[in-house]
Amino acid sequence: MTKSMEIEVNGKRYAVSYPPDTPLLFVLRDELGLTGTKYGCGEGQCGACTVLLAGAPRRSCQVPLSAAAAKPVTTIEGLEKDGRLHPVQQAFLDAGAFQCAYCTSGMVMSSVGLLETNANPRQEEIVRFLQGNVCRCGTHPRVIEAVEHAAKMMQERAR
Amino acid sequence: MNTVKERLVAEPERYEFNAPPIHQFALARREFFKVLGAGIAVFMVGKDALAAQETAPGSRSFHSEELPKEITSWLHVGEDGTVTGFTGKAEMGQNIRTSLSQTIADELRVPFASVRLVMGDTKLTPFDAGTFGSRTTPTMTPQFRRVAEAARNLLIGVAAKEWNVAPEGLVAADAKVTDPVSKRSLTYAELARGKTLAQNLPAEDPVTPATEWKIAGKPLPKVDGRAFVTGGHKYTSDIRLEGMLYGRVLRPPSFGATLASYDDTAAKAMSSVVVVRDGDFAGVAAPSAHEAQKALDAIRTQWKEVPQVSSKEIFSYLKNNAEPSSNERFRREKGSITEGLAAAAHRLDATYNVAYIAHGPPEPRAAVAQFADGKLTVWTGTQRPFANRDELAGVFHMPESDVRVIVPDTGAAYGGKHTSDAAVEAARLARAAGKPVKVVWTREEEFTWAYFRPAGVIEVKSGVAADGRLTAWEFHNYHSGMSGIETPYDVANQLTQYHQVPLVLRSGSYRGLAATANHFARETHMDALARAAKADPLEFRLKNLSNARMRAVLEAATKSFGWPRKKTQEGQGFGLACGDEKGSYVAACAEAAVDRALGDVRVVRVVEAFECGAIVNPDGLRNQVVGAIIQGLGGALFEAVEFENGQIKNPRFATYRVPRFRDVPEIEAVLLDRKDIPSAGAGETPIMAIAPAVGNALFDATGIRLNDLPLVPNGLRKA
Repeated sequence: MTKSMEIEVNGKRYAVSYPPDTPLLFVLRDELGLTGTKYGCGEGQCGACTVLLAGAPRRSCQVPLSAAAAKPVTTIEGLEKDGRLHPVQQAFLDAGAFQCAYCTSGMVMSSVGLLETNANPRQEEIVRFLQGNVCRCGTHPRVIEAVEHAAKMMQERAR
Repeated sequence: MNTVKERLVAEPERYEFNAPPIHQFALARREFFKVLGAGIAVFMVGKDALAAQETAPGSRSFHSEELPKEITSWLHVGEDGTVTGFTGKAEMGQNIRTSLSQTIADELRVPFASVRLVMGDTKLTPFDAGTFGSRTTPTMTPQFRRVAEAARNLLIGVAAKEWNVAPEGLVAADAKVTDPVSKRSLTYAELARGKTLAQNLPAEDPVTPATEWKIAGKPLPKVDGRAFVTGGHKYTSDIRLEGMLYGRVLRPPSFGATLASYDDTAAKAMSSVVVVRDGDFAGVAAPSAHEAQKALDAIRTQWKEVPQVSSKEIFSYLKNNAEPSSNERFRREKGSITEGLAAAAHRLDATYNVAYIAHGPPEPRAAVAQFADGKLTVWTGTQRPFANRDELAGVFHMPESDVRVIVPDTGAAYGGKHTSDAAVEAARLARAAGKPVKVVWTREEEFTWAYFRPAGVIEVKSGVAADGRLTAWEFHNYHSGMSGIETPYDVANQLTQYHQVPLVLRSGSYRGLAATANHFARETHMDALARAAKADPLEFRLKNLSNARMRAVLEAATKSFGWPRKKTQEGQGFGLACGDEKGSYVAACAEAAVDRALGDVRVVRVVEAFECGAIVNPDGLRNQVVGAIIQGLGGALFEAVEFENGQIKNPRFATYRVPRFRDVPEIEAVLLDRKDIPSAGAGETPIMAIAPAVGNALFDATGIRLNDLPLVPNGLRKA
């Protein structure tokens, strides 16, 4: 049942022993201590557990460990570089785009994923992309504002 | 209904019962300075405690080892100048860690960044009944102002003594005391060094008026914001202790079901698995979540189920099962309904139904429990840490002093985290395991075994005279609650009554309590009456409303919205509603768009005006108001708990629809800052006006009057 595997998370390789069908979420949180990725529903309906799998946003509660072993994983803890926040993190901070902030990791990771493929999304595109991320505190307008702000910052940094 | 119901103990809007607080505080003064280091401390004491002390000599400076039991808040200025405030309140996204820190910084005259708050820790903070009822701002803000002011005066006193001058001429600013004459100054850190000065003070000391606030009143960003965007903040569910096990609890297949047979042989045979059976409680703990799940699945059970009321029949059930009138908790009557109705030119009777809804907090209920040296420590995301502690002490037959409950800043509650369920479960498993245990409820457990905002039936009878003035108002609420039950309109003949009904589903507080249901019924009814009287809904309300604060929010909201609006397209409609509760005032205008062919209903725009006295943090307030509007849209449009045979039929985000990005309209929050009025709380009232404003807009768009919440769970298709 339990199988030894290697996974790469935030540029580091880890050897883990788990049943291969264990959701990546629980390995990240319980085994690696990367608790920034949140459990919200366990069925891919709320987006709180979103991570990047080879750069693409995925619900880690729906990704079996075996599927994660082949691809690099990025979690919220892996965004900050040399003490400098990722522009999306900075934009969320600047916009105050959180209240209880439990959904924030997932929102940030989804938004990073969006901006990877669409550097300058229109508001409708942001809404469509984040439709799977639940915020119960009702901070949606600020999240949209933050993503737009982050897109601008990233374009400026790229220049 | 049956005995099982009695076990489903609710917290039915507990603070409306005005339960007296049970003061508990055991930290001695000596220990206090041992924990925090030397410095200066000020304690806020309840009136009675102070009166008792004043019989002793040296009353105002504090000499005894024991702190009085009625201390409600305190503040410490450390030798490094760090200021620490202590409160039993909990941070759950409502941003009080920030707003209370602002208040302390403002009154103590220190930079915002030098203040930290210790919150919701039964060992370190004063007793607190709980974080609910929009009480934090109106109670804690003035208390912290007073302790901060007293600390400032203490520091001035220390400086005066040092310089041998009169304290009256000294100035405190920017964490320093300065003598304007000699130009000498000492920092608070220097003044606190080597001191163990403590003072307690009564509740009536004056404070800085809002017009002179410098740090409070500003839109400062959330304290520790960086920890939330980096995933660094540790919620309860993120805590990992050495040797910690993961716990799961056995749940019945339906409400009220009892164990008929139970066999845990297979689960017990699994290595490193702890299985607990204690009466109706059964659970497991294992070194990993998946092992715990496997062990839970291996327990074989049979259950005896009992008949249960279903959501299909809930409203007639509630109406027919009200307790006899002698048990009515609320009845207010003035004038004569009969005479009022006789004087009416238009009469209107209507019934409004409100469904159960769920809080669906993003972080499900969670707790980590640890027994060590005969003491129990529990980390849990609760709104009532002291009540959790007391319940744990009771359950485990321990003195309260041996139980400590700590509330990490929590993944929201919305009124849904009053109870101690996860705390008791984790502690029960931890005691059996002899190791720390973490219990995190699954989303399905959260949707099923937490508690709900109660359903209700509201009946209104009313009359309005030919000149548009209300003549009669009779209002009956069955089950959902008393909050916001009284009309703010001027009506000579009134009868308002709350009818208690035994619980069907486990029910309790939800943001705004029954005020949302009562406002929905009242403001929908007012809209219908305005139509009957052929009056504009705004003018009709203003004609019957003398409360100046309510008129002000109505006027502010309608002005920004552009009321009255002309329709420019098919299916467009406009509605408004207003209300007041817990010392704050709200008015909302909504624009809706309905496509009758597709059944598609969309809220296009909401303008809401809100007034809660002097604003402590306009940015945090805006977040709360906009958040309440969006959360309110869920209960208004589509949220409803469906249940049948004691089972929740939609216990997932896939089936219980909550507002998502696409549901969010253009929102404008108009915040009225009344610096002349003490700050009230803002967590709840902004949710109350949304449902009726939207319902009234849908009527305007379609001519269909929707009297039930949710309004359009399945859209609004032309029949």
